[in-house]
Amino acid sequence: MKTMRIAAAIAVASGLAFLATPGAQAQQKDSLTIGLTLEPPHLDPTAGAAAAIDEIVYANLFEGLTRIDDNGAVQPQLAESWDVSGDGLVYTFTLQDGVKFHDGTNFDADDVVFSLDRARADGSVNAQKQLFAAIDTVEAVDARTARITLSRPEGALLFNLGWGDAVMVARESAATNKVAPIGTGPFKFDRWVRGSQIRLVATDDTRAIRKVTFRFVPDPSAQIAALKAGDIDAVSNLQAPEAVIALQADPNFEVAIGSTEGETILAMNNSRAPLNDIRVRQAIAHAIDRQAIIDGAMFGFGTPIGTHFAPHHPAYVDLIATYPHDPARARALLADAGQSDLKLTLKLPPPTYARRGGEIVAAQLKEAGITVEIIPVEWAQWLEQVFRGTDYDLTIVSHTEPVDIGIYARDTYYFNYDSPSLKALMARLNNTSDQAARNRILGQAQRTITSDSVSAYMFQLAKLGVWRKGLKGMWRNAPVQATDVTGVRWE
Amino acid sequence: MLTYLARRVLVLLVTLLVASLAIFIVLEVLPGDAALLILGIEAQDDTLAALRTQMGLDRPAALRYLAWIGGLASGTTGISHTYDVPVSQLIGERLTLTVPLALIALLVSTLIAIPLGMFAATRRGRPGDYGVMGFSQIGMAIPNFWFAILSILIFAVALGWFPASGFPGWDAGLGTALWALVLPALSLALPEAAILARVTRTSVLDTLGADYVRTARAKGLAPRRVLWGHVLRNALIPMTTIIGLQFAFLLAGSIVIEAVFALPGVGRLIFQAVSQRDLVVLRDVILLLVTLVVVVNFLVDVAYTAIDPRTRRGS
Repeated sequence: MKTMRIAAAIAVASGLAFLATPGAQAQQKDSLTIGLTLEPPHLDPTAGAAAAIDEIVYANLFEGLTRIDDNGAVQPQLAESWDVSGDGLVYTFTLQDGVKFHDGTNFDADDVVFSLDRARADGSVNAQKQLFAAIDTVEAVDARTARITLSRPEGALLFNLGWGDAVMVARESAATNKVAPIGTGPFKFDRWVRGSQIRLVATDDTRAIRKVTFRFVPDPSAQIAALKAGDIDAVSNLQAPEAVIALQADPNFEVAIGSTEGETILAMNNSRAPLNDIRVRQAIAHAIDRQAIIDGAMFGFGTPIGTHFAPHHPAYVDLIATYPHDPARARALLADAGQSDLKLTLKLPPPTYARRGGEIVAAQLKEAGITVEIIPVEWAQWLEQVFRGTDYDLTIVSHTEPVDIGIYARDTYYFNYDSPSLKALMARLNNTSDQAARNRILGQAQRTITSDSVSAYMFQLAKLGVWRKGLKGMWRNAPVQATDVTGVRWE
Repeated sequence: MLTYLARRVLVLLVTLLVASLAIFIVLEVLPGDAALLILGIEAQDDTLAALRTQMGLDRPAALRYLAWIGGLASGTTGISHTYDVPVSQLIGERLTLTVPLALIALLVSTLIAIPLGMFAATRRGRPGDYGVMGFSQIGMAIPNFWFAILSILIFAVALGWFPASGFPGWDAGLGTALWALVLPALSLALPEAAILARVTRTSVLDTLGADYVRTARAKGLAPRRVLWGHVLRNALIPMTTIIGLQFAFLLAGSIVIEAVFALPGVGRLIFQAVSQRDLVVLRDVILLLVTLVVVVNFLVDVAYTAIDPRTRRGS
């Protein structure tokens, strides 16, 4: 009897959950609470690869000489303008006047020298040290002029300087930026309740948003509950694609589906038999049904790709038709390569796209006659075993660095792919600064890796932004990992 | 009694020493490189080497173990690799959430379970008994994270009574802070209450059949006094054991509930430390939990002697 009554009460209450509308909360119009999945380990973007750092401090707290905007274009930031010498080796930056760090000290060319020299020094722990590889010297010409001299042309220098890892820091505060960050951005650090939230406040009283709170909500369904209950105003990248359709139907929320720089690929160990046979790699590429993976793992959110390049980039070449989904062709290629009863392992890191996508990939490969053993791994294991140790056959991972096709030209990279022609292309790219010429070379590089079928290219990760109606100016796309709130306001 | 206590404390210390060695060895063989995890896929050999030196990972393992134990003995903890703050500070902040949460959950579960269990025992085979047993069955069967999500949907999203997640901190006011812990504490307490109600019922039923209960009734004591004075006191031993075990579970087992409610507790700290390979934090937190479990077991043993005079005479 009692059991029945309890069951009935739960049923009634669950019904209520779907009928009742969330209580309208009086919104303070100058504050903003954003839900983040991961808490950053610390707040120094020049000393760690954790995306969660940039998601809080990029553009909001720290600024670089240049910045990258919502569309992935380079914009002036602390450098208001620049000149590039004819040979592409000398960059002269004119700095903004009157910029102060949050501790009141002035920002000038000496800080540029300090920041860039610190990032590329011998004992540097900058996670993206290669961004500065081409820099030979950094000098302060006068307080408002900084000069960077390169040892070789670097067509992407201005873009590189817009990364979070290249932000400007002050000599006095650089050592303590991890816990008490001091930048030049429009928001300064206020308070960090570890495990719970980080609060930034505007340095300027006239800003539309005066207080930004980043709340850490690790569980996707808890994020949605927190949104609906009014605890948070926005989630810049929701990790639960299955919830997006319900949120799209909810009149209280706006859903923005944008693009990221994340090429999600089925990477193959090109030096390990039998994957060192191009026919086997091509067979795997033919066995993959991209749309089925996007529909099954990502609930339809994601754009199919045929190469390691973002479809929204001007240099993108559509190579999807190179390896259409064709299990019969895959079987024929395998037979041609003398592979029957092929068994491979597939190591999957924790993200949804990998764990869910991996199950579907395994089923699709089975259809082509390849038996796949799925091995779930944690990130730490993935980095050590797959990425550094290249002890794997297949893995699924999203490469989120922008325009990162150059990784295929590296001598040691976990694909174990070695192509002199691609290396030559990348060397030419580094010596080219004309954008149209650069795009042509990037196109050739895409064709090279796709015809070699280095990896099976699956889809570009979507950015699923959700926020309360009336919030304007949030980024739709994610060209860099950031939650730039400098242009955000309530309407 | 004093020699007994001294002996117990010695056992406690040896247990902790063995546990610390086990923790250190397990974390040593755990795959994953903390420096690599911090610097990510673009890490270069020179930056990795610089960071490993900075983190002290280039020193031999034995030396690092001795430095750890020596530090703890002199009352200092290491600096977290990822957060760059002393571990004692990190753990201290988290304990101010997890310990109160576990205590509230324990209190709630005990307050629900003991009356329910006694009620069921005195109505054995009648509808009330079946009702309690049904509740207990459901309570044990419902995964606590599912109950947590359901309670968020009902009480936070639909009714708006409680915050859906997060913890405002104790400085936001006792009432506000406790209010944010209601749903997490209930979610933690429900399965524990279900188990404890069942144990209470069995334990009370066992004592109800004892000779001294019949005697107490025969000498004309009121049924209520028999139940609370004679039966409950004798039934307390197995219940105390379960409550002691539950406290340890509530402390360590709150990882899931803290994730669902986005609470900054010890469970979240462990989870983050594992995924970040922050071994400096991890080993201290695990050792702390081991200490708490050992201490709680010790207190349970002491409680036995308070509850049951026979164990006092035995030692």
